[in-house]
Amino acid sequence: MNITLTVNGRAQTVDVDPATPLLYVLSDELGLRGPKFGCGLGQCGACAAIVNGRAVRSCVTPVSTVANAQITTLEGLGTPEKPHPIQQAFIDEQAAQCGYCLNGVILTAKAYLDQNPKASDADVQQALSTVLCRCFTNTRMLRAIKKYQEKRS
Amino acid sequence: MKRRDFLKTSGALIVSFAAVDVAQPLRAAFAQGPFDTRNSGVDPKQLDNWIAVNADGTVTAYTGKCELGQGIMTAQMQLVAEELGVPLSRVKLVQCDTAVCPDQGTTSGSQSTPTNFNERNLAQAAATAREALMQLASQRLGAPSDRLTVAGGVVSVRGDAAKHVSYGELVGGRKFNLTVNAAAKRRTPDQWAILGKPAMRADMVAMATGTLEYVQNVRVPGMLHGRVVRPPSHGATVVSVDEASVRAMPGVVKVVTCKNFVGVVAEKPWQAIQAARALKVNWSGGETIPPHATFYDYLRKQPSRDAVVINSRDVEAKLTASQSTLKATYLYPYQMHGSMGTSCAVADVQGNTAIVWSSTQSAYPTRSGVAMVLGIPAENVHVIFTRGSGCYGINGADTVSYDAALLSHAVGKPVKVQLSRQDEMAWENYGFATVIDQRAGVDASGAIAAWDCESWSVSKGGRPGYNQPGNVVTGELVGFEPATITPRGAAEPTGELRNGSNAVPSYVVGCISGKCGGAGAVKSERVLTHTIRSPFYTGPLRSPARLQNTFAHECFMDEIAAHVKADPVEYRLKHLSEPRLVDVVKAVAKAANWQPRAFPNRGNAGRGIATVAYEGDNGYVAMIAEVSVDAATGRVHVKRIVVAQDCGPISNPDGMKNQIEGGALQGLSRALGEEVTWDDHKVTSIDWRTYHSLPLGFDVPVIESVLINRAGVEATGAGETAITLVAAAVGNAIFDATGARIRQVPFTPERVKTAIAGNPAKSQA
Repeated sequence: MNITLTVNGRAQTVDVDPATPLLYVLSDELGLRGPKFGCGLGQCGACAAIVNGRAVRSCVTPVSTVANAQITTLEGLGTPEKPHPIQQAFIDEQAAQCGYCLNGVILTAKAYLDQNPKASDADVQQALSTVLCRCFTNTRMLRAIKKYQEKRS
Repeated sequence: MKRRDFLKTSGALIVSFAAVDVAQPLRAAFAQGPFDTRNSGVDPKQLDNWIAVNADGTVTAYTGKCELGQGIMTAQMQLVAEELGVPLSRVKLVQCDTAVCPDQGTTSGSQSTPTNFNERNLAQAAATAREALMQLASQRLGAPSDRLTVAGGVVSVRGDAAKHVSYGELVGGRKFNLTVNAAAKRRTPDQWAILGKPAMRADMVAMATGTLEYVQNVRVPGMLHGRVVRPPSHGATVVSVDEASVRAMPGVVKVVTCKNFVGVVAEKPWQAIQAARALKVNWSGGETIPPHATFYDYLRKQPSRDAVVINSRDVEAKLTASQSTLKATYLYPYQMHGSMGTSCAVADVQGNTAIVWSSTQSAYPTRSGVAMVLGIPAENVHVIFTRGSGCYGINGADTVSYDAALLSHAVGKPVKVQLSRQDEMAWENYGFATVIDQRAGVDASGAIAAWDCESWSVSKGGRPGYNQPGNVVTGELVGFEPATITPRGAAEPTGELRNGSNAVPSYVVGCISGKCGGAGAVKSERVLTHTIRSPFYTGPLRSPARLQNTFAHECFMDEIAAHVKADPVEYRLKHLSEPRLVDVVKAVAKAANWQPRAFPNRGNAGRGIATVAYEGDNGYVAMIAEVSVDAATGRVHVKRIVVAQDCGPISNPDGMKNQIEGGALQGLSRALGEEVTWDDHKVTSIDWRTYHSLPLGFDVPVIESVLINRAGVEATGAGETAITLVAAAVGNAIFDATGARIRQVPFTPERVKTAIAGNPAKSQA
């Protein structure tokens, strides 16, 4: 079945089973490197994508439910030459170890802060309570997110 | 045994093959050890196999130690840039590609820095290259070497700026044709301009912008997708596979069965997942697993392989003669690596040749393992290390490399396999469950007179090395035996103390036949270990056995200090002899502003200290944790963690801090929540609801690092130091806060409440 998605500003049509989780469309059909398979259960955040302004778990989101939606992945935020301010904050804080979780961390934090620019530290913490970083780069990541929040306001 | 010693000797391991027909003709080819070039074709004695100066003046270095997230790629680039005198931006590092990189065994055991940053291997190759370049420049410029200086890859004559030549002009694109010179002079830490400074991670921008290629992103033309179907329980065997049950499903290419290995290949990943779910497999048998609830008691009763690590033979007498004695038992569960991304590999097997893209820590051993699993010569396998999710030891990277190879072999096309979360968690090689009994005697002065330690731990499988693919699940499923325990009594120790597993507490003298290698003062000492066959695969998990042992030693030391009403810091110092350990204990106490006071403090706020000489001599570290405990709920809130660390000369201070911070919090997650669980037949901790990791958003403690930068000694590892101490430091802090001693990891709210109920807090007089 043909489904059209707008990914990182570009309309793309894919021919897939409509029940296919969005993650496989992004990573396999479209070859994007940002969204990653972590658990396939919506528990860890590695697969996050921003859909119409909200961070969703693409591993449990059937692609048919996001047809015609605006989808942004990590590589859609900024580029290596011109990173998005939140990506720059992570670079400045050297906030990563293996980097596998960064997609979910950055997109979840960005979507949340865009909706809740005045969120308290406790709110941000709550928003990130279903996101994992198994290298436990928490201190640096939370610092980077705070920096981004301060900068954007 | 230290892991580095193990690596040196692992080529001599006895090989046991189940599938002899496959392996027999190839056996000779697998009898190689690490750093053995018989089969690698990349001779580490040749400088050109480590360093190439390109025509444009950039430098390409080749290493057998690869980036797992710990920052070793950047640190190695700093090393090469420093030794050669070129900017960091002009260094490219090729990691763990068996076609071009020397065989450096496995990237593990906090050994990458000791291996490549001291007077050998990559560091020595870079120093050799610099000397060779200086010699060439000296001839070219007609000036003696001692008048030459290097900056930015350009050699110039001091006092004659017109005379200069670049590396690119000297050798650009050509080979050195030299052997690595063991006598080539290294740059010393006081000369360092690039090493020793915080360097930005070379991969940071790519990671943050989603452009870095992980193995999960590898795409090969014509690539199909595979999914494995693991048995319903350990030891279950295939009776039949009903291929017709998935034949009509869209995209299904093939159902693959090889002994007890079952998998499906499909055109798209989602199709493979659905087919694997739908495939009807008739399994039989399976082992009954000893009950989780009584597992620690079970361990004590099994036949075991024993080792006496240290024995002064007077412990019983000294205990009897002591003023008072203490004993306690510490329990540590199976824990898992639980990588963020499930393991993934891409294999392209054509006839009897294979290319495997893998995030394995062991490129060459995986090359041999894939060869054995497929029954082809190791020379025909090319392993290309490709970044994966952080592994913290042996996650599923090796086993999924075999999975991909088997499926690709069956269809003759490239196949990618990424494990499901459940397949990753239920079948990985867990960190060792351990029971540790401690006994100590105290003399009339309050000093420790004798220390006795007896432990029971588990083993099955492990790293496959070069010749035991059965050490991980896929290898066993296709018929290779895992390494297992042969029960054997212990012989008395000989030679000198090897404390690579930190089985011996820091506070004893560690004497064998008059030679003392311990870090402490207690003369009456005995350490006896038992290893039991594990029902699950086991393998190194960040600070393997060292963390379990240190939890027991450092908590027990605290118990003894409390027993004699001594301050835990002063009491440790009184029993330590190793100056580097003394220094880190003093440094952490100072940084945390530790002052002696009532101990335990009670009032639900407390602090705890722990220290260790990691692997006996591979990094010196001390930690103080400050906690508050909610006595009603049993919840532990860690407010602050202070770490002092001496790992010799520091390559990248920011990288080291990152490792300390990550290690401290990973250690906290393991101390507070992580435990593998099971029922009679299968593992039940199979996702993030059933295996409890701390999330990104929790009450993250403040972490402060004191880095002791010590020159004039060898560089040691720094990736496993901090994590080794967390359970002990937090356990000790809980005791200080509540007067209740918690001796079982993880410190769940239930267990903390139970411990408090057994030790009701007394109001302070």
